[in-house]
Amino acid sequence: MTLKTWTEILAGGLITDAGNSEEYETGSWRSHRPIIDMDRCTHCMICWIYCPDGSILVSDAKVTGIDLTHCKGCGICAHECPRKAISMVEEAVAKEGAQ
Amino acid sequence: MVSQKVKGKPVALDGDRAVAEAIRQMNPDVVAAYPITPQTEIVMRFSEFVANGEVVTEFIPVESEHAAMSACIGASAAGGRAQTATAGAGLAFMWEVLWVASGTRLPIVMHVVNRSLSAPLNIHCDHSDSMGARDAGWIQLYDETVQEAYDNAIQALRIAEHPDIMLPTLHALDGFILGHGVERLELLPDDAVRSFIGIYEPQHPLLDVDHPVTYGPMVLTDYFFEYKRQQAAAMERALEIIPQIGEEYGTFTGRYYGLMEGYRLEDAEFATIALGSTAGTIKTVVDELRDQGVKAGLLKLRCFRPFPATILAEALGDKKAIAVLDRSLSFGAQGGPLFLEVITALFTHGLSPKVLNYAYGLGGRDIVPARIHQVYKDLIEIDREGLTESSIRYLGLRE
Repeated sequence: MTLKTWTEILAGGLITDAGNSEEYETGSWRSHRPIIDMDRCTHCMICWIYCPDGSILVSDAKVTGIDLTHCKGCGICAHECPRKAISMVEEAVAKEGAQ
Repeated sequence: MVSQKVKGKPVALDGDRAVAEAIRQMNPDVVAAYPITPQTEIVMRFSEFVANGEVVTEFIPVESEHAAMSACIGASAAGGRAQTATAGAGLAFMWEVLWVASGTRLPIVMHVVNRSLSAPLNIHCDHSDSMGARDAGWIQLYDETVQEAYDNAIQALRIAEHPDIMLPTLHALDGFILGHGVERLELLPDDAVRSFIGIYEPQHPLLDVDHPVTYGPMVLTDYFFEYKRQQAAAMERALEIIPQIGEEYGTFTGRYYGLMEGYRLEDAEFATIALGSTAGTIKTVVDELRDQGVKAGLLKLRCFRPFPATILAEALGDKKAIAVLDRSLSFGAQGGPLFLEVITALFTHGLSPKVLNYAYGLGGRDIVPARIHQVYKDLIEIDREGLTESSIRYLGLRE
């Protein structure tokens, strides 16, 4: 995101674009990444309900993955998953694994 | 806008009641105030107007001064005109939220009756309360007379709401001396005041649900600095706009206001600088000294924030010796808050006249003409003999 100068922003810290928190990449805060074991997942949607950031990606009533741009790595999904299908993996290790 | 001169109604009122009348005439949407000591009669009198149905104002008697300013912040963000009044420790208790008001750029108007800060416990006049709020991002005006308290109360609203400023504004009247002192003043007709202040059209009211807006978001290292720079710029613009509003006010009242007032200053060799009611005492002394052939003058500062450094330096550059009178102390600093501003203004304009600083009137200690005579005597002496003692002095202190 390109940062604006002091003459380009609305005074007083006001935000007039509703829902612009999407532009904020809270994913950069994450130290642990949730990894879903799709073989164990039953698509019960408990993780989707509990996720405080709406970062569980869903398509056609199926869990399809995690929105890593916004997932802060809080681990609530892993804690709540009744099938223990989600594990929290250290970010550095997860990145290595992804490559 | 009123362009014709209107006839004022002469009345005798104390400063508190004069300000209460001004608030009644401005008829704000919300007044939030904490109704106990160190409150003043401004709020007491205004609450009577509310009870009598003379205003449409929603009066909120909150549980503390911190809550008073917080309620004003909420009301102003919602799109209303919000005002409050306080004094001394009450202003100190608002300190945290004063910064929220200015940082959120809310045009709140506050009437401050200057009282000292404890301890020891004291309820009389000095400027330690408003000077304590010096850096909070509020515009600060100081009143010399009850008439000025009334006039500045009304102009404060126009200054705060000016689209190029949008900063909360306070004006300060000396506790007891103006707050409780009865003087003759002229009240404007209600419709003249209402015409002068106009209708407030907030740009981003919270209550406009068709245009949602977030007030008070968290802003971290990436943008906080930029918002502070905006506040500094608004203060710079206020230096231009405050005299324009003072000029407009003069066109229909006959009372014109600038950032400062020079009294027999132009050809003066020896000048004093002061805020508030003490300027009136100094004027008397200046007249007496002029009768004796001493070229004495006064610079009365009306606007302390923003500080009008350039016009002050221009007005003082040719003086032989200058005395700055501070009605508060900044412990451990190299002089009072006004002195430090004046010295900086002179230095940055390449001027280095002899300047003395007097702390005076703390805790309501009377400042009488004899004391001011002493100040001018000191100025004449340092001009003749140079500075042999400290330039930081205590006027009216038993030593």
